[in-house]
Amino acid sequence: MISQLTVFIENKKGHLANACRAIANAGINMHALFLADTADFGIARIFCDRPNFATQALRDAGFRAKITPVLAVRIPDHKGCLADLLEFLDSEDVNIEYGYCYSANNGYAIDVLKVSGDEVEERLTLAGYQLVAPNEIYELD
Amino acid sequence: MYYQPEVETMPTQRLQALQLERLQELANYVYTHIPFYKHSFDAAGVTPADITALADITKLPFTHKQDMREAYPFKMFAVSQDEVVRIHASSGTTGRAVVVGYTKQDLENWGDCFGRFLVAAGATKSSIVQVSYGYGLFTGGLGAHQGGEALGCTVIPMSSGNTRRQIQFLNDFGTDILCCTPSYALHIAEVAIEDGYDPPSQFNLCAALLGAEPCSEGMRREIEEKLGVKVHDIYGLSEVMGPGVACECAQQQGLHVNEDHFIVEIIDPNTGEPVADGEWGEAVFTTLTKQCSPLIRYRTHDITRILPLMCDCGRTFRRIDRITGRTDDMLIIRGVNVFPSQIEEVITGFAEITAQYQIVLTTANHLDRIELRVETVADFPFDEIRALESLRRAIAGELRSSLQVAVDVKIVEPKTIERSEGKARRIIDEREGRQS
Repeated sequence: MISQLTVFIENKKGHLANACRAIANAGINMHALFLADTADFGIARIFCDRPNFATQALRDAGFRAKITPVLAVRIPDHKGCLADLLEFLDSEDVNIEYGYCYSANNGYAIDVLKVSGDEVEERLTLAGYQLVAPNEIYELD
Repeated sequence: MYYQPEVETMPTQRLQALQLERLQELANYVYTHIPFYKHSFDAAGVTPADITALADITKLPFTHKQDMREAYPFKMFAVSQDEVVRIHASSGTTGRAVVVGYTKQDLENWGDCFGRFLVAAGATKSSIVQVSYGYGLFTGGLGAHQGGEALGCTVIPMSSGNTRRQIQFLNDFGTDILCCTPSYALHIAEVAIEDGYDPPSQFNLCAALLGAEPCSEGMRREIEEKLGVKVHDIYGLSEVMGPGVACECAQQQGLHVNEDHFIVEIIDPNTGEPVADGEWGEAVFTTLTKQCSPLIRYRTHDITRILPLMCDCGRTFRRIDRITGRTDDMLIIRGVNVFPSQIEEVITGFAEITAQYQIVLTTANHLDRIELRVETVADFPFDEIRALESLRRAIAGELRSSLQVAVDVKIVEPKTIERSEGKARRIIDEREGRQS
């Protein structure tokens, strides 16, 4: 599982910048950021180095921040590959709370998924999917 | 014009003699009919026989809202159930509402009290009265309704809401008098103007009896201009009766108290001692004629003063000034009484949120808007929007059922609710016309 840093951000001018500044001030580099927004608030989902330390830094700055375990699957950057993955999870009765994808280098994409279900990682590995290890994305702490 | 001229213009001395006679009867009545008063009189070392002059009223103990809550539901009723014909109740958390009952005679008196003010506003039997206060447990709707029928007016029981239909009837029926909260009157005016009406020239309205919430002088003038009416500020509270305890006459210089039915005192809220006429203090009411739910020296927490001089309208009933505030933290939201403690009770029932909260009151389209700001506990799974949204809905639903008022619940970042060393600033009242 990957440690994703989740931050609750009010839908107000400057708040996302404040959160990012708090992470920067802690001397931490971010690798990816995804924003889910509603009328009143947004949820920032972040991959960054030393996620535990970053969480503490954000809390110290007054934010609601926490670590959320998510799955990251490396799939070839070809048409249909994401659909295949999602169909596989569906056939395994795994429910997806949310997900996002980003293209990485060398013809691969990384699909990040928040799922509910038991031993999803094992089942994916058995089916031949390549899970991304935390240290491939960020510096551990 | 008077509704009951023999009473409304009764010489002061005779009025005071009537009050004394009724006060003595009342003291006997509550002492023998309501165990609460037997206890409270005994504890204060006073008996009904000690009332030999009007000034002796200060010997009697106060009645507090809490006493009425503890008497829930019917412990303070002085009559048997077969004489009770109506019940009203103020909002409160489950099982803690303040319940008041009315006998047939109580309703008749209530109708007369309100009827006097309709006449003071220019109404006659042939007037059409549109009642746009909420109907139901809230006393506003049925109280105004009672008054209109007592006078013999044509009463339209609109209740609040459905503004375009309100406007349609104002226009089509040629309504003469509108009864509702000041904020709703302004909202009706705004929507009518937006829809292309020119209310002063197109509507037949001549007066509006507006109450159940404070109305600044600026707001009054705005309603008067936009609707082309004269606004009469009306005062009342469900514990004492409902709307019709006091109201402005055409002079608009203070609210005449229906002194044949009520004794008003102004006290220093800290010492409980009476203050001189003209001095500001807390209004305290004693009901002189109520059969089902009589009250001795009820603490309203409303701040006002007695206006000493006689009014030019000819009524001898003394006047109180318009209510300028409260001695406690009670909020009046869309005419409904809300205590922050009620909100707190709901909040503490949710383990998902912290006890830090803030209530922000604003005005939107001239109506009160209430926003509750809360923050989740640190380990709440806020990663899932679904979880946040369902929490928000659950809190709003709980508040709606316990307060009878719709509340916008907003989940905020922890640091946005200021932590203070001493008393937290829980309430931010940014409504138009509020000085807080």
